[in-house]
Amino acid sequence: MRETPIGTPIRRLDAISKASGTQMYLSDYRFDGMLYSRMVRSTVARGRIAAINMPPLPDGYYFITHKDIPEGGVNELYMIKKDYRCFAEGDVRYIGETIGLLVGPDRGVLLDLEQGIVIEYEEGVPSISIEEGLACKGGPFVGDRNLFCDFTIDKGNIDEVLAKAYRVVEDEINTGWQEHVHLETNAAVAEKEGDKFIINISCQCPFYVRKSVAGLMNRPFEDIIVRQTTTGGAFGGKEHFPDILAGPLLVAVNKIGKPIQLVFDRHEDGAFSVKRHPSRTRFKTALDKDGNILGMDIDVVYNAGAYESCSYVVLQRGVFHAAGVYTIPVTRVRGRAVATNTFPSDAFRGFGAPQTLFAIEVHMCHLANELGIDPLELKKRYFNKKGDITVTNGHINDTVVLSEMLQQVMEASGYAQKAATYKPGSGKGIGISFYNHGGAFTGNGEQMIIKAKAKLHRRADGIVAILVGSTEMGQGLQTALAKIVARVLDVDQDRVVYDNPDTSCVADSGPTVASRSTMIVGKLLERAALEMKERWEEPGEIITQAEYQHPEGYPWDQSTFQGDAYITYGWGVCAVEVEVDPLTREVITKGVWSSHDVGVPIDELVVKGQIHGGIIQSLGYAAMEKLENTAKKGFKQVGLSDYIIPTSMDFPAQTATLVHNPYPYGPFGAKGMGELVFNGASAAFIDAVSRAVDTEIRSIPIPPETLTELMKHGA
Amino acid sequence: MTRKTVTCTINGKRREFSIDVRSSLSEMLRGEASLDSIKHGCDVGECGACTVLIDGRPFNSCIYLAVWAEGKEILTLEGLTDTKGTISDIQQAFMDEGAVQCGFCTPGFIMSSIPIITSDTPASREEIRKQVSGNLCRCTGYENIVNAIEKTQKKRIEERKGSGKK
Ligand code: FES
Ligand code: FES
Repeated sequence: MRETPIGTPIRRLDAISKASGTQMYLSDYRFDGMLYSRMVRSTVARGRIAAINMPPLPDGYYFITHKDIPEGGVNELYMIKKDYRCFAEGDVRYIGETIGLLVGPDRGVLLDLEQGIVIEYEEGVPSISIEEGLACKGGPFVGDRNLFCDFTIDKGNIDEVLAKAYRVVEDEINTGWQEHVHLETNAAVAEKEGDKFIINISCQCPFYVRKSVAGLMNRPFEDIIVRQTTTGGAFGGKEHFPDILAGPLLVAVNKIGKPIQLVFDRHEDGAFSVKRHPSRTRFKTALDKDGNILGMDIDVVYNAGAYESCSYVVLQRGVFHAAGVYTIPVTRVRGRAVATNTFPSDAFRGFGAPQTLFAIEVHMCHLANELGIDPLELKKRYFNKKGDITVTNGHINDTVVLSEMLQQVMEASGYAQKAATYKPGSGKGIGISFYNHGGAFTGNGEQMIIKAKAKLHRRADGIVAILVGSTEMGQGLQTALAKIVARVLDVDQDRVVYDNPDTSCVADSGPTVASRSTMIVGKLLERAALEMKERWEEPGEIITQAEYQHPEGYPWDQSTFQGDAYITYGWGVCAVEVEVDPLTREVITKGVWSSHDVGVPIDELVVKGQIHGGIIQSLGYAAMEKLENTAKKGFKQVGLSDYIIPTSMDFPAQTATLVHNPYPYGPFGAKGMGELVFNGASAAFIDAVSRAVDTEIRSIPIPPETLTELMKHGA
Repeated sequence: MTRKTVTCTINGKRREFSIDVRSSLSEMLRGEASLDSIKHGCDVGECGACTVLIDGRPFNSCIYLAVWAEGKEILTLEGLTDTKGTISDIQQAFMDEGAVQCGFCTPGFIMSSIPIITSDTPASREEIRKQVSGNLCRCTGYENIVNAIEKTQKKRIEERKGSGKK
């Protein structure tokens, strides 16, 4: 092995094409005879479609609906379940539900046609908020309670603990919708090659797309080839959502026989795409008379929107992270995903963990206030340690180095001195948060559901190609995986190549989600590379493969949610300092300091880039990304001048450090990290603002006008 | 549909296009000149992904009418690469500093940074942040982008000193 540590930065594989402007994204491809398309969507949140009145369609223009689904095909997009329809049929469940696809050669004409369509509805009464969904406003439309799922996990007997507690502190924390705002909007081109369907698409999970449309098209998987195009950001927004584009496009291509492009404009991408689940988390925390926490009863509800999509899985992650980085002696966590007539909520960086991690952090601060101590003092007492029992009665298997990380952040930020001198309500505040993120799929999902494979091919020209379905979406995965392979083979970096996956050529290494790709797929490639290295002297081409093997000794029961929900976690500490303008309530962030345990970073520059970006996205989530939804209009803030994401002016330079804490089952000791870095800054920010204005904050986001209201009326 | 001829200089070459008078500069440059480094992040002037230089000043080309480009000098990211295919120092700095992630915002940021790196007055990090604040990036948190611009600006100022120019 070479001398330099693996983490020493190299040039990203995709840097040159992107910096020189030669990189093509979906909308840069032009196919011969390509047609364009526009989605026609429901404009009411709930109702029956009474009539669709179409303007006359000029020659060469089509309106594709559920009636055009090929024979034997089913009107479904198979995500986790088969409950999501490709096209609305009879009724509509949310504003933005796909009714049809207008297709034709001229985009201007398509726009005019779209405006000429009149759809008549018999409108129902929609439910929009969590409360309305739970109350079954307008009558339930999922089961008899509007719940996609409802489950509870117990550690010890919380009822007993609450009954004998010296006091019980109740709390409720809410978080709002969040839009991904990947700079490249959703986009795809479908076409036919021979009797195979090809879909070129900006996406995270090409094999998910293939799976979702096979039943719709009534075709075996092999007949549908998905080619990922270079993806201009995703953050979870291109995990299942590309299925919503792929389905109608393929139905249209089947009928029309020409390549068809569907590119969302920014307005559509904001108004009619999936979002982060809004959440409501309630706590009943039992304290003894010395202020020790005896137990917590935690009730988590996520607003899932109109279809389940991956909400059950998102909720599981939320529930399993509900106690944060703290070992609470007795816990009960109940999770419910409620159906509402809103655009389905879906994957977004953190995948359900950010909501509950935010809630527990804020709640711990409120407990500290009740007890009259610094939140940090309270939090430190309950830090997870190796061997501790989790809320699912499994174990923390990591050597947890939160204290060391805290030390780094304290030193860099001057936390102790600032916390002591900035008086509550003085307009200045510093806050601190702790968080983790369970690595890869929950429990034994990697073994039972994903069964990842990875392939390496040393071609005749001596170049080694990585053949996996994992995708680059900006996070630096191509670089990380290629680096692992080059290191193991001990060859020059530029002899390892890794193109965007094509499902007909690569091994299914599982979806590019759950911060699993470096840790799981990287490990598989490490093993495939080790085998290739042994066979290196063989003449000609070499192909090696590796399949996922679950480490022994980490029991998990998926039917009861008992055991080790995650073998390992990434860990984080973040401090944020703010100043609040006494008149405008504008919050100025003065400093952001963080420390993360990602095992061993495969590339420090890539990891730092993820930290910077994840933290800013998390600060945006808390500070400014307000997204409202109304029964009449759907999402309200849809353009980039209404839905406000952080600019270069909004947050200051960051100080980010890493600790070295190798994970034995990861490649070179690496763990997942892409989501971890989103999970905590929002809570540190809110802690800081709460102190600066001496007001408890129970809901995010908190733009200045909301803060002003809050200070007038109290939380 | 009214058409009009527009003559302008693009990346140093004189070009002439016959266009629909309603088209934007970005549509003309992408559609007629295949300058695909110009990205459409919003098409309504809110994200900066379509930034090009017009007579040396950055503009959102998606909300700049193509007909206004008559007689103007336009520079796109493609124009920063020399005839031998060598990229410029600012592009190199974006690569070296990790300022490129998904890359969709990158062309716009690089174009917006040109007035900063070509100016004789050094800009502070705060000023750099201000000058590129019309460009949105959802991936990088801006930190490494500011690093890349700051580094190139310093390098260029040094070079100008060295070559005796002011
Ligand atoms: S595409 Fe022009 S500003 Fe966004
Ligand atoms: S690198 Fe993705 S938007 Fe900037």
